[in-house]
Amino acid sequence: MDKDTATAHSFVLIDAGHPLAVAVVVNGGQVWLPADAVKAALGWDLRPEGLCQGDVCVPLPPESAILSRDSIDLAGLAAALRRPLALDLEERAAYLGAPAADRGAALASLDAPDFMLPDLEGRVHSLSAHRGKKVLLVAYASW
Amino acid sequence: MYEELKDLGFVVITVALDRSTDDARPWIEAAQPTHPALIDIAHVLADRYNMVNVPTILWIDEHGRIVRPNDVAFGDDRFRATTGLDSAKHLDALRTWVRDGARPFTDDQVRALQAWPSAADQEARAFFGLGEWLYEQGRAASAARHFAHAGELAPHDFTIRRGTMRMVGLDPMGPEFRAMYREWTQAGHPYYRPLPDTAG
Repeated sequence: MDKDTATAHSFVLIDAGHPLAVAVVVNGGQVWLPADAVKAALGWDLRPEGLCQGDVCVPLPPESAILSRDSIDLAGLAAALRRPLALDLEERAAYLGAPAADRGAALASLDAPDFMLPDLEGRVHSLSAHRGKKVLLVAYASW
Repeated sequence: MYEELKDLGFVVITVALDRSTDDARPWIEAAQPTHPALIDIAHVLADRYNMVNVPTILWIDEHGRIVRPNDVAFGDDRFRATTGLDSAKHLDALRTWVRDGARPFTDDQVRALQAWPSAADQEARAFFGLGEWLYEQGRAASAARHFAHAGELAPHDFTIRRGTMRMVGLDPMGPEFRAMYREWTQAGHPYYRPLPDTAG
């Protein structure tokens, strides 16, 4: 990896729907995220022991090819966090989704996942605000 | 139905998995709902609940627990000829639950009836999310590429395959949808997946 010959780019990292512009280095097919961007966009600290949030650390593969100085390869980061990644190098944008295992475990707990969504006037409603009532949740579409 | 049951500690929340607020607006304004009628352009609900088509309904009790997992139900019988679903079965079961607290399933049965997302399902949702964001930025051609890939990753997910048709210039009620539906059902796959107690 010769990232010194690569150039810095502005890049939009969409973390579960929330876009954030970060500066990255693109080299070949790889997007290198500096540690401060990992922290700003995703809330993880890049430390010698791995990716950490407080005391919780996700170890990275030893002698990892996904690390370079103070940067981490986006695809490697997604794999370490078991998050699906949709990457568009030309558009300089990527979307990190939710891990299948997390979604499955949440559903299996039978605690209805909360959400916050707007109505026509832009007022935001949450499911949890209706605790204490029985809820019929109906997803539909005009298509 | 809502007016009949709303004084019994019951609320309906509708969520439109639509391309835009403007796509959802005429439907909501025509219905004049007295319950929350929400709009979910980014398919947050589909992601949290592993929804792959509409309509999808769930029952959630006073404690926020899922007592009926993802099911197919219509408010009336307009589409009965196509779906084979009798709306009265769901409405009767719903009234019984709201009035008497009679749950249709045990917790273990609810889990057995749930479908949990695969890695490919979540990867498809990531590509949908990227495409949806690009579409909002006016990058329709790039968005279309990601929607197509998402549909290949999760061919059973019609919130993606049908739900993105308007964003790629296709009519979701038109010949492309009918061809998609025909291909899917002729291969032996169900388009709707009703739970056993309200099916048929």
